[in-house]
Amino acid sequence: MSLFSMSWVVLKSLFKVPATVRYPFAQKHYYENTRGKIMFEVNTCIFCGLCQRKCPAGAIMVERKDKKWELDRFKCIICGACVEACPKKCIHMEHTHTKPAVTKEKEKHIHA
Amino acid sequence: MTKRTIIPFGPQHPVLPEPVHLELAVEDGKVVEAIPSVGFIHRGLEKLVEKKDFFDFVFVAERICGICSFIHGMTYCMVIEEIMKLEVPDRAQYLRLVWSELSRLHSHLLWLGLMADAFGFESLFMHCWRLREKILDIIEETTGGRVIFGSCKVGGVRKDISADTLDRIVKVLHEYEREIKEITDVFIADGSVKHRMSGVGVLSKEDAYHLGAVGPTARGSGVDFDMRKLRYGAYKNISFAPVLETAGDCYSRCHVRIRELFQSIDLIDQAARKIPAGPLEIKVSGFPEGEFFARTEQPRGEVIYYAKANGTKFLQRLRVRTPTFANIPALVKILQGCDVADVPVLILTIDPCISCTER
Ligand code: SF4
Ligand code: SF4
Repeated sequence: MSLFSMSWVVLKSLFKVPATVRYPFAQKHYYENTRGKIMFEVNTCIFCGLCQRKCPAGAIMVERKDKKWELDRFKCIICGACVEACPKKCIHMEHTHTKPAVTKEKEKHIHA
Repeated sequence: MTKRTIIPFGPQHPVLPEPVHLELAVEDGKVVEAIPSVGFIHRGLEKLVEKKDFFDFVFVAERICGICSFIHGMTYCMVIEEIMKLEVPDRAQYLRLVWSELSRLHSHLLWLGLMADAFGFESLFMHCWRLREKILDIIEETTGGRVIFGSCKVGGVRKDISADTLDRIVKVLHEYEREIKEITDVFIADGSVKHRMSGVGVLSKEDAYHLGAVGPTARGSGVDFDMRKLRYGAYKNISFAPVLETAGDCYSRCHVRIRELFQSIDLIDQAARKIPAGPLEIKVSGFPEGEFFARTEQPRGEVIYYAKANGTKFLQRLRVRTPTFANIPALVKILQGCDVADVPVLILTIDPCISCTER
């Protein structure tokens, strides 16, 4: 039984580099697998609506008639189900996270 | 005659980030009765199963709890696989084991930190979480998520861990073992920690058994009750013995979790040595029909999943019994007769996860 068993650990930490990342001066390191955000490529999309049906959060809205693809980033839970479901591989996962936003706007993509 | 006072505890309390409400009947600074009430964050996830495709429901199942997320998803998959008679490939089984144990590691380190915070040992809290961060990095590297793994699916797993990475992870974990030991030694040996925890909140073996305690709460009282011994998945090929302590107080519940940290590292090591090559998943076709119960061991104890399927793409019923729910009777028992000042620490020792209790 001792009263100072923590002192050694604390003393050692004095001479170590910080365990935290000094954000915003340094950025966190992302891994190959990291699910950060989904990206959409409108030109290859066939508006089949599979991603909308597979999305567990109901974040995607596809309108075949108007060739419109909408994403509510605030609803998206970045699960990757849409990425797996898309037959044309027009959705892919990026490592970096979305920037903070001040308005809750849906992201609209319309096929030209 | 002493006066009885009712003190409300929670749902918001500085020591506990979980919304549990307790009415403590107090006489002379001692708790004589505790009446728990939960239900502040009910989300209706069990009902959601009627609206979500059984295949995609694993995303929801994983989000039942933010800490034992992977094992929730895995248990759900096990139920569906059993109903559909799917043979999950061995490699997938081993990967599930590795991720389960990684989630146990991070959950226990989180708990140790919270515990240190509860008795006011801030620097110890920071160091526990510093170590947890390293485990989270491994999880992020291998699955893509830090707390929501998203790597389990019905019929197998989504991600693979290459042999090199797995070797490196095992090596890194063995290096962390030293650092973890440095921190956990403080819990074991430090006079103030010991004074705060030993002899406090004693739960006898009989009580633990009869009140249906699970996980480290039961094992801290000497009840040999570890669902991994059912040998589900890859656990059938791995040798280990459940960690048992006999004193039944806060100190021994803490001790169980500390020893389980090292056990988890050992299990990952064994799995890395035995993992076979092969496919990661099998193709799933058709819809489930039938019912099944699955029991697995989460960091907090046994979780039970029950599903009833009727041959359509939506399940008819899903029932989840989470470990915290099973531990609440034991908690009420240990609260009887304790000092009011000990209440937060005692609640923490069952490692409560109220949001998964309410689902
Ligand atoms: S699944 Fe792919 S192709 Fe189909 S609508 Fe969605 S993004 Fe477009
Ligand atoms: S990542 Fe998941 S939640 Fe986000 S849009 Fe795709 S399916 Fe929906």
